[in-house]
Amino acid sequence: MDSVVIPIYTTIVSVPYYHYVLEGLLVLVVVFLWNRRNRRPRRPQLTEEEKEELIRKWQPEPLVPDTPQDHPALNPKYVDGKMGKYVSIEGKDYLNLATSNFLGLVGDERIEEVAKKTIYKYGVGSCGPRGFYGTVDVHLDLEKQLAEFMGCEEAVLYSYGFATIASAIPAYAKRGDIIYADKGVNFAIQKGLQASRSQIEWFEHNDMEDFERLLKIQAEKDLKNPKKAKVTRRFMVVEGLYLNSGDLCPLPTLMELKWKYKVRIFIDESLSFGVVGSRGRGVTEHFGVDVTDVDMIMASLENAVASTGGFCCGRSYVVSHQRLSGLGYCFSASLPPLLTTAASEALRIMDEEPERFDHLRSNGRRMLEGLRAAIADTLFYVQGDALSPVFHIKYRSDDVEEAEKKLDALVDNAFEKGLALTRARYLVGEEAFPIVPSIRLTVNSQLTSEEVDKSLKTIAEVVRSLTKK
Amino acid sequence: MPAASTDKGSSDFTSSEASFPASDLEDRSRSASKNSDSDHSSNEDSGISLHDGDREPIEEPKSEREARLGRCDEIEYAKKRSTRVKDDDDDFIYPKPDAASLLHQETAEAPWITDFLVSFSYMVKFFFARLSEFLQARGWIKCHGHAETWKHRDFVPIVGGMEALFIRNIYRIGSDAVNRVISSVPGTVMTMPQRVSHDYGWTYEFSGVEQTVMNMGSYNYLGFAQNEGPCADNACEAIDHLGVASCSSAQHYGSTSVNRQMEQLVAEYLGTEAAICFPMGFGTNAMNIPALVGKGDLVLSDKLNHTSLVLGCRLSGATIKVFKHNDVADLEKKLCDAVVFGDPTTQRPYKKILIVMEGIYSMEGTISPLPQVIALKKKYKAYLFLDEAHSIGALGRTGRGVVEYCGCSPADVDIMMGTLTKSFAAAGGYIAGSKRLIDHLRVKSHDGVYGMAMSPPVVQQVISSMSIMMGKDGSDEGQRRIKQLIRNTHYFRKQLKKLGFLTYGHMDSPVVPCVMFYCTRSLHFIRETLNRNLATVGVCYPATPLAKCRARFCLSAGHTKEQLDWALNVCSQVADISNTKYGMQEAAKWRNVDIVY
Repeated sequence: MDSVVIPIYTTIVSVPYYHYVLEGLLVLVVVFLWNRRNRRPRRPQLTEEEKEELIRKWQPEPLVPDTPQDHPALNPKYVDGKMGKYVSIEGKDYLNLATSNFLGLVGDERIEEVAKKTIYKYGVGSCGPRGFYGTVDVHLDLEKQLAEFMGCEEAVLYSYGFATIASAIPAYAKRGDIIYADKGVNFAIQKGLQASRSQIEWFEHNDMEDFERLLKIQAEKDLKNPKKAKVTRRFMVVEGLYLNSGDLCPLPTLMELKWKYKVRIFIDESLSFGVVGSRGRGVTEHFGVDVTDVDMIMASLENAVASTGGFCCGRSYVVSHQRLSGLGYCFSASLPPLLTTAASEALRIMDEEPERFDHLRSNGRRMLEGLRAAIADTLFYVQGDALSPVFHIKYRSDDVEEAEKKLDALVDNAFEKGLALTRARYLVGEEAFPIVPSIRLTVNSQLTSEEVDKSLKTIAEVVRSLTKK
Repeated sequence: MPAASTDKGSSDFTSSEASFPASDLEDRSRSASKNSDSDHSSNEDSGISLHDGDREPIEEPKSEREARLGRCDEIEYAKKRSTRVKDDDDDFIYPKPDAASLLHQETAEAPWITDFLVSFSYMVKFFFARLSEFLQARGWIKCHGHAETWKHRDFVPIVGGMEALFIRNIYRIGSDAVNRVISSVPGTVMTMPQRVSHDYGWTYEFSGVEQTVMNMGSYNYLGFAQNEGPCADNACEAIDHLGVASCSSAQHYGSTSVNRQMEQLVAEYLGTEAAICFPMGFGTNAMNIPALVGKGDLVLSDKLNHTSLVLGCRLSGATIKVFKHNDVADLEKKLCDAVVFGDPTTQRPYKKILIVMEGIYSMEGTISPLPQVIALKKKYKAYLFLDEAHSIGALGRTGRGVVEYCGCSPADVDIMMGTLTKSFAAAGGYIAGSKRLIDHLRVKSHDGVYGMAMSPPVVQQVISSMSIMMGKDGSDEGQRRIKQLIRNTHYFRKQLKKLGFLTYGHMDSPVVPCVMFYCTRSLHFIRETLNRNLATVGVCYPATPLAKCRARFCLSAGHTKEQLDWALNVCSQVADISNTKYGMQEAAKWRNVDIVY
């Protein structure tokens, strides 16, 4: 016992006293700092009466502001019947140049027959999410069919187009990752980017030099911090065919950049699926890019396919991850079986009747050339690729209100002459970048050249009358 | 023995005809309690005296009986119902909840030993998951799953971290029990192609054999998942007239006259000024909350809110605070702090406060204490967003959801949201409320501008099924379905308790979770019930807290008493094998209670 205690005692005694003073001070400093750290900004102590007074005085804003009753969304044109080539509004038929029924599959008898048969087998709703007995065999059939159609390993089916895009992106991109996005991307992508909480780097619309500039900046940063670079995933998100401008993405350049800077590529083919490419496979087919090199293709089934829902396809390793981490897939009821089989039948028709794509393209080209001629020498101008079935008619003016008025007048006057056009609607203020007002004009494969010419004539007349004033 | 009340369309069985005798049951429960590894205590003793002896129908004045019906205690219920069975069917009284029953709903905590063992089992799983990933990365063991292509070897792995580890190694092992494929209408009986996996759950193949199972997993509360009858006929007619899709959003050309009809019907059904419908229930929440709140606003969200609500709140940019599940006191404290102190970062008062909660919570089976929350909301001038995804159609005397069930006024709930997918067997969601609110949403909702309009046959299904519920088809079919559902719910819940299961949630809620704590046990339970042709749902981490894995039953108006008896028998058998009767203490109270359908 003594052999332990005595040495300790002698050590304690032999240490100079100022040592203890210093150590004591040190402890005090630690306690002081610790105290300071723990002290939060203290809330004022209020009595119950004071609290009640505050509660009584607090007046919240109204839940929603007043909406002007003349807003177009409150006074829509109610369509009776099918939204095919012609739409019927209040008993009158209008040539439809407004909906995205590109292949004319709305009202197709084969599809409707299949949908009806499905109702008599599976009912209407699926009554559950995919995980909990909401997976019907037709869902798996469609997924397989989509994967084969696109030449991918696997496809994942969502029940809504918007949710497809908005859920697929945050399933991979997380906080700390970097997403390069085109400034012209649609709203669903913007919401997906927001939900991912990643760092978003915007590059100018279809400007590959600007994109590469951003990549180079990042490459320099990576050199400085290789540890972080090793765990930072990089993605680029582009659209195959841009909804907001009707342009194609420069896919070959994007692929080059992908391999050069190791950035994964996600393409939203909502508009280009079933439209671009000689057999409707989208931009990969058009540019001859190997589809397995694209990390993920997302598309909605609500445009050319004329159903509801959307899908993501790609390599199984990538895509299957969504089955648990894609929120819109995992936590939402599955697509109603009748819409699933309708989409299946539409895909079959697309395979059997590839002439629909040719008709669509020739109509598109005819419409674009005609439009350019019809509104030449006016302040109206048209935007869109020759391959695109969507064109934007815009008005050259610095004054947004004036442009809107002119475009509205064009829509209204054309409507009186039997043409259903629509303004492209946006939520101003919610979009990431300012939007130039436009008319979104679509063509479909069913239009005959006479109908295209006739509508062009109407548009030309209206534009001329508007320009005169 | 009292005779069970006869209900049109429902079977008139007496409880004595249940397929398993009580003595047998008691024996089984005793053996189960012996085997049970953890002594589980029930959450709270309700302290009601049991009137074991008086199972004879007691004649009592009707007014008194009604007054007693206000009390909402399970065991009292049993007795009440046994006194009530002599009544005529027309005398059907829908249960009315009282404050206590809403504020104290069963969500028992696991005892510490179970908690520890569950965590330990997860630790073991994660250890082996890591080990196998490690061995696979070095090529020492073969990975049956998909691997990234060689071309992408220099890229940062696209999936990684704990999430991928969990999906690839732990979830996969149990993946045979979820994502089961069905090949028929998801009614009360459905067919299910059997599948096999030759690579440990990475891929599945169909064996070509079909299994007919009883469905207690689908959200088919009112039994409208039907492939025949007026709803199916009307939907087909809608295809003839309106096609399958519109290829346009509501703000472009997607507004059809049938859409307008549906929205008016929804508003009429719910008793609100106006309503707006969207094609996806998940999207209704995720895409509309950002149109309602934004920066400078506060969202008070229930802890167990559905992902779509959480996502919507997060996308809105508002400050989000979470209150404890169904805890009115906690909500009040947070509301008071928010109003009195404002936003702590900006030191400014909040512009507005939105309380977000659900009617029935799909994983807990609990019903939200709506009257208490409405009182708070009025006191603190907050707004209320009520998600009735599971409660619309499933609660209330005429199926109008938790608002009707609690006897509240629809005008007191600012935003009434619900899905059309579940009770109405269609797809999509609605938001109902004042005209001012709906007008705002028509203009500002993300969905109205960027999402496609609803498909006409789906719209028609909503109209048909909702019309039936409102009695517009001239029959009492809607009422019959509601009666059948509440009867099924009470019967099934009580029988489960009697059998010794630990159930969660409110007595009137058709979502019945049975807590099994261990993920392995709940997996085993649903696998074995499926082997015995009963389809149930197993919910494990991460959808539930780590130590609260469960099996869940969803009742339907389509179930009959015989089906439920059969299902209960299967459950009891399986629970004895998997050792999952965690409510044996509670069951003792029920031993001598006669449960009448």
